[in-house]
Amino acid sequence: MADTITVNGTAHPVPDDPRVSLLDFLRQHIGLTGTKKGCDHGQCGACTVIVNGIRINSCLTLAAMHDGDSVTTIEGLGTPDEPSALQRAFLEHDGFQCGYCTPGQICSATAMLEELAANWPSDASESLEESIAISGEEIRERMSGNLCRCGAYANIVAAIEEVAAGGRS
Amino acid sequence: MTVHFKQDEPDNSNRLDGMKQGVLGEPLPRIEGLAKVTGTAPYAAEYPIENCAEGVLVTSTITRGKVTSIDRRSVLSMPGVIAVVDDEKMCTRAAQGTANEAPTQGPKQVCYWGQPIALVVAETFEQARDAAKHLKVEYREEDGAPLDPNAVEPEGQEDETVHQGDLAHAMAEAAHNVDVTYTTKGHASAAMEPHAAIAQWDGDKLTVHASLQMLNYNITELAEALDMEEENIRLVSRFVGGGFGSKLGISEEVVAAALAAKQIGRPVRVVQSRQQVFQTVMRRSETTQRLRLAADSDGKLTGFGHEALVSNLPGESFAEPVLQSSHFLYGGENRELMLKVARIHRMTAGSVRAPGEAVGMPTLEGAMDVLAEKVGIDPVELRLRNIPEQDPEEDLPFSSHKLADCLKQGAEAFGWDNGPRKPRRRREGEWWIGTGMASAARVHNIAEAKARVTLKADGTALVETDMTDIGTGTYTILAQIAGEMLGLDPKQVLVELGDTRHPRGPGSGGSWGAASIGSAVYVACKVIREELAKKVGISEEVLELSEGKTATGESLTDLLEGNDLAREGHYEPGDIEDDYTASGFGAFFAEVRVNHYTGETRVDRMLGAFGFGRVLNAKTARSQCIGGITWSIGVALTEALEFDPRDGHLVNCDLAEYHVPVHRDVPDIEAVLVEERDGAASPIQAKGIGELGMCGGAAAIANAIYNACGARLYDYPMTPDRVLAAMPD
Repeated sequence: MADTITVNGTAHPVPDDPRVSLLDFLRQHIGLTGTKKGCDHGQCGACTVIVNGIRINSCLTLAAMHDGDSVTTIEGLGTPDEPSALQRAFLEHDGFQCGYCTPGQICSATAMLEELAANWPSDASESLEESIAISGEEIRERMSGNLCRCGAYANIVAAIEEVAAGGRS
Repeated sequence: MTVHFKQDEPDNSNRLDGMKQGVLGEPLPRIEGLAKVTGTAPYAAEYPIENCAEGVLVTSTITRGKVTSIDRRSVLSMPGVIAVVDDEKMCTRAAQGTANEAPTQGPKQVCYWGQPIALVVAETFEQARDAAKHLKVEYREEDGAPLDPNAVEPEGQEDETVHQGDLAHAMAEAAHNVDVTYTTKGHASAAMEPHAAIAQWDGDKLTVHASLQMLNYNITELAEALDMEEENIRLVSRFVGGGFGSKLGISEEVVAAALAAKQIGRPVRVVQSRQQVFQTVMRRSETTQRLRLAADSDGKLTGFGHEALVSNLPGESFAEPVLQSSHFLYGGENRELMLKVARIHRMTAGSVRAPGEAVGMPTLEGAMDVLAEKVGIDPVELRLRNIPEQDPEEDLPFSSHKLADCLKQGAEAFGWDNGPRKPRRRREGEWWIGTGMASAARVHNIAEAKARVTLKADGTALVETDMTDIGTGTYTILAQIAGEMLGLDPKQVLVELGDTRHPRGPGSGGSWGAASIGSAVYVACKVIREELAKKVGISEEVLELSEGKTATGESLTDLLEGNDLAREGHYEPGDIEDDYTASGFGAFFAEVRVNHYTGETRVDRMLGAFGFGRVLNAKTARSQCIGGITWSIGVALTEALEFDPRDGHLVNCDLAEYHVPVHRDVPDIEAVLVEERDGAASPIQAKGIGELGMCGGAAAIANAIYNACGARLYDYPMTPDRVLAAMPD
């Protein structure tokens, strides 16, 4: 059986050209353009997707390395008819302007909240041992790999804080 | 049917305040927002165009000279490679904002390191990228291109020069004076979406999906570059992933994609790499600025001097307009203002968010802080004492002036302590803590604009214009203006933007978009209201519309009797542009921490209060304000383009080395929207807000650094090494 990558529940054959990044595979090969290319060098976070539950920069990995992996993109988190809690919170808090970094911010935040729930410490954490309290500073630290040039950070943090507190469910 | 309205007089009727729908100004979520948060909004490179080939630009590795040969054979045998394009019509620079003519063409002539010289086209992106790296190019280099703005004799800019009274004498006689020289580094727009275009031909008709801010100008620029008629071109930019000035004019990939698609007879997509965007599009010029302030014993200015040196390539008309707000912000009868341009061979200098004030205001407001300390008065009070009654250089009244309100409301909301100010009064562990403030000012711009509004027989409305929404909120505010005027829920208003098939607006830039195109929609809606009023048998002034009905209960659908009612509004600013000095004003307040040992500065909180005319949507307007303040943090602390002194190339050409603020650099930011109606600004009494939020904010941070730790710096950005060097023992 050919190597496959499962994206949002659908299996796709791994591309022949080994140079194809996971990002270009998503955008160019299977038409999922919700994942954005901002820098192609892992510097901006616009291409963030969730692979086997972990957020990664899809520009920094080759599609050929993901045989058998399960990838969730922004299209897999929610749709215009059924947006996720974070997608709704970003809309209400105006957590974006141009919208280009937004899918990456939302994918990143989705996985980041799981990391918080699993008690993974960050540079902003008071302790490496005890359970981590969700705070603005924790969220800012953990989201710092996702750039927003429009400067919507304050609104993005407000949206994530609301969902972290159980809102927009 | 087009209705033309040329505005020669202020419109203080505030008609929109009397409308009954009650949606204008409301903090509605963006109407295109759901598409953006679900990843379904298509940006330029994302249109699924069949049989589309991929192009990658090749750029120069010399500073100045000629391309003597391009060895096509070096790549044409590589897998998938289709063509190497080096057409003489290719553009070597992006067009300046509102240029309305083709940018510099002819890729054989190299004028700066990193200039596009060819395009390699292949079946896939990976093939094109590989081939572009392998293309063999030979040059004849011309040595000695000037690269240092301080090492050439600069050109004066007569338009910007003011000599009024005798500043030298005023400085000598002043009770207090300040004479300081600042420097600012270059900045990059760094919009998150790289510049991209897909070009496709159908016979002699060209369609380009591109990421552009000003389609009305861009279509002319592209037509001239390709030597074809505008009628045969369609430009589409429905979603633009940020612009900040970098997409004002057509950029190199648009023209290259069009030429390549013609040459190979297939659609071609060209997306610039992040490094190419940094190196080939636009930089904000570095500046050197001398500020001279002369004041009497009360701190009232008697003299005002601001001289600036900026740079650009030979042949570029743009000169960073550093002095733009200095001409009118503060009084002082003795004035010297001067702007000079050094011609050097770094990449093109052009518009980056708030050209002029973005770097002019942080230096002026830093100098004002120095003056406040010398006079011994509170810095807020110093500003209040120096607000002029009218334009201090031209015999013109202000259209409206909210600086005093912004200073007072901002100070109150921030909790500004107006007691005696001395640096180094508060320390927590390694950190010095302090506060600072600055004024904001950004000139008001407005331009001719056209939009079509159709009230549909089914009682919904359609707004069409080629105006763009680059994250500014255009989609939403136009739905709100039309909804307010026609008595409709904005959900009933479909807004179509970013297509040159629609009536032409001025595009997004210079913060003029909302007021200009909003006025065109207002003009169209007003005429539709007149038609409806006629049907009811009353005058338009007393026609009340809400929820699709008149006050007497007649529905719009009944009045329309099965017919659509379409009108094109054509707004044109007339004498109002010449009869007033118009500007947005504001005030910034910041609290920072500075590390005693490392010189690192952290912004703990920041607030801005802004007066920019009518607020069209409190949510999107606030977002523009906090976005601008976020840029202020970058200007103050981190953003700096660095150029190689040997060949002039931009060294830190990516987002790892050019430091835009990230989440953890940005605290909670508060914006106070100061209500204002400016009838001389536009018939909807609105001005711009996209840039005001970064016009001076960096000085609030700089002044807070001084208040915190006693380090008075005159060079932006105030990086830890610089802060540490200026820190008193």
